[in-house]
Amino acid sequence: MMWMNNLPPFIPFFIAALLVLVTQGHLRSIILLATPVLGGLHLWFDVQPFVPMVATDALVTAKELSYQLTMFNYQLEFMRVDKLSLLFGYLFHIASFIAIIYALHVRDTIQQVAGLLYVGSALGAVFAGDLISLFIFWECLALSSVFLIWTSRTERAIKSGIRYLMFQVASGVLLLAGTLIYHYEHDSFAFDFIGLEGMGSWLIFIAFGIKCAFPFLHNWLTDAYPKATPSGTVFLSAFSTKLAVYALARGYPGTELLIYIGVIMACFPIFYAVLENDLRRVLAYSMINQLGFMVVGIGIGTALALNGTVAHAFAHIIYKSLLFMSMGAVLYRVANINGSDLGGLYKSMPWTTTFCIVGAASISAFPLFSGFIAKSLIMVAVMKEGYFIIWLMLLFAAAGVFHHAGIKVPYFAFFHHDRGIRVKEAPKNMLVAMFIAAVLCIFIGSQPQYLYALLPWKMEYWPYDMTHVLTQLQLLFFSALAFVWLNKQGLYPPELRSVNIDFEWTYRKLLPATGRASYNLLQSFNRAVTSAVQQSWQSFQSAFQASRLSKYHLASSWPTGSMVLWIGVILGGYLLADIYF
Amino acid sequence: MSNKDKDEKTYLFDKPRNVSRLLSGFYITCVGLFIADFFVHRHSVHPWEGLPGFYAIYGFVACVILVFIAKAMRKVLMRKEDYYDVDE
Repeated sequence: MMWMNNLPPFIPFFIAALLVLVTQGHLRSIILLATPVLGGLHLWFDVQPFVPMVATDALVTAKELSYQLTMFNYQLEFMRVDKLSLLFGYLFHIASFIAIIYALHVRDTIQQVAGLLYVGSALGAVFAGDLISLFIFWECLALSSVFLIWTSRTERAIKSGIRYLMFQVASGVLLLAGTLIYHYEHDSFAFDFIGLEGMGSWLIFIAFGIKCAFPFLHNWLTDAYPKATPSGTVFLSAFSTKLAVYALARGYPGTELLIYIGVIMACFPIFYAVLENDLRRVLAYSMINQLGFMVVGIGIGTALALNGTVAHAFAHIIYKSLLFMSMGAVLYRVANINGSDLGGLYKSMPWTTTFCIVGAASISAFPLFSGFIAKSLIMVAVMKEGYFIIWLMLLFAAAGVFHHAGIKVPYFAFFHHDRGIRVKEAPKNMLVAMFIAAVLCIFIGSQPQYLYALLPWKMEYWPYDMTHVLTQLQLLFFSALAFVWLNKQGLYPPELRSVNIDFEWTYRKLLPATGRASYNLLQSFNRAVTSAVQQSWQSFQSAFQASRLSKYHLASSWPTGSMVLWIGVILGGYLLADIYF
Repeated sequence: MSNKDKDEKTYLFDKPRNVSRLLSGFYITCVGLFIADFFVHRHSVHPWEGLPGFYAIYGFVACVILVFIAKAMRKVLMRKEDYYDVDE
């Protein structure tokens, strides 16, 4: 069927969201599962990139405007298919399939509908060919995702969701403003290479940056993701930030500023991740670290680097969901996810432990696991372009990520001291979801040719050679050695029930405190002025009463004489005013 | 250890012997990887990176520094768990 080729991938998810509203039980589960499977198969078999991307370092985008909707005389392009959007399309289908299996036990209509709308919006944004459609899905994404946080139904989650929404809406507003200014400047709504030129492009850049958790704009992520429901976080971890990576890769490849932003993102969160007690927040910080690698790749902008970014996004979504799934399973069973309270869970949750270790090995980029074949592309590209200092910092970040996400998370949750917690293994659907993700991590890592073949730009690269495997193993084993040594020496910081101040302090503490202080100041000022005025009025009144003029006071006594006097005064005043002005 | 049964079966790492076996295996691997650097010819882009033992030492030192800086940061940054829930 001709029209089937052009069916934008968000439509099945939006329809499924409607169907989920009116169905229950097994039927609902079938709809939930069938949506990503059918949508993914459709994308795989029926949709072809219109023009393959050409093998040059400059970004060559192919466009096919096959599905359009006219709105207010303006054509929205919902279906721009090239290898870049297509790869993210596959990825989002896989990620949503895994997340949906993981959430199958959930009996919460709001969460399920929100999840489907969220995935649909992400897909819509990925295939959007113009900035207006991008904006529409950008907003849908923000609105649908916040319900995955609110459905935790705790006071903290609701407040955190409001803060999350403020950031996301700000991102949307900036995107819209930037789009309009960009249109004014370039007379185009096309969502292709934008580059940092002119006000409009800067606004769009910041809008993408908020979603991508740029430094100082990142706290919505570490604030909200750990407060969403166990399955909600799995959804959230996959789509929003990776959509931002996609958008940056399309709009700003080769923007040098991104290299520096990215390297900061890769480095600073690992310190927080070492300190943080909430293990899901540890993962949130390590997510910013991983995004940092991708952003550096976009900043480098060569075919190798951009492929690295895309491959890393692909691998990252899967292993990050795997890690969030394993921590979600712990949270679901133990109802606690603080490193200070967990330990010894490998005894009662052996499968979850195994899957978590696979995820940890993948994020740490162990050879044969998915992180290895993706991260090395970026590292090699950085080195090739001669950014040695950046490369050293990324190497530091790579060692750090193994330290906190690779060792700390599994160690404190499943090993460490046995706290005597005995629970059931995670529910079957969670185990199945984690199993699929774990298999994918190992498959992608050990058979990288399949992922490499899907990458948008042509390149010659193979990660498995002696040098690369050996150096990576040295880096990782000696990072682990540092962990073992610090622990044995008692130097490793213990997990403590605490929060660590981050930039969010400015708007969660400083701003409210400043607000309160200035309110109090204003109020005391108000009080002082009022009492001063009252006092002087009173003293004036008493002085007036005491004086002979008080006889002519209007209200308290009104002999006709005093009225005549005052009228005389007013008329005289008018006369003088008339003469002199 | 409150809910733990007395006669519960012993698990893998309940035996100290298993833990020390794991650790010695780990140490031996580390030593092996370090020594391998002096025998395997690896290609390098930057001269530092080509130094024998560079990756091993860098990984170790990086993580130790990471933890020390983080510990120092904790003194400044750490607050009570309900820090954001109460208004001062």
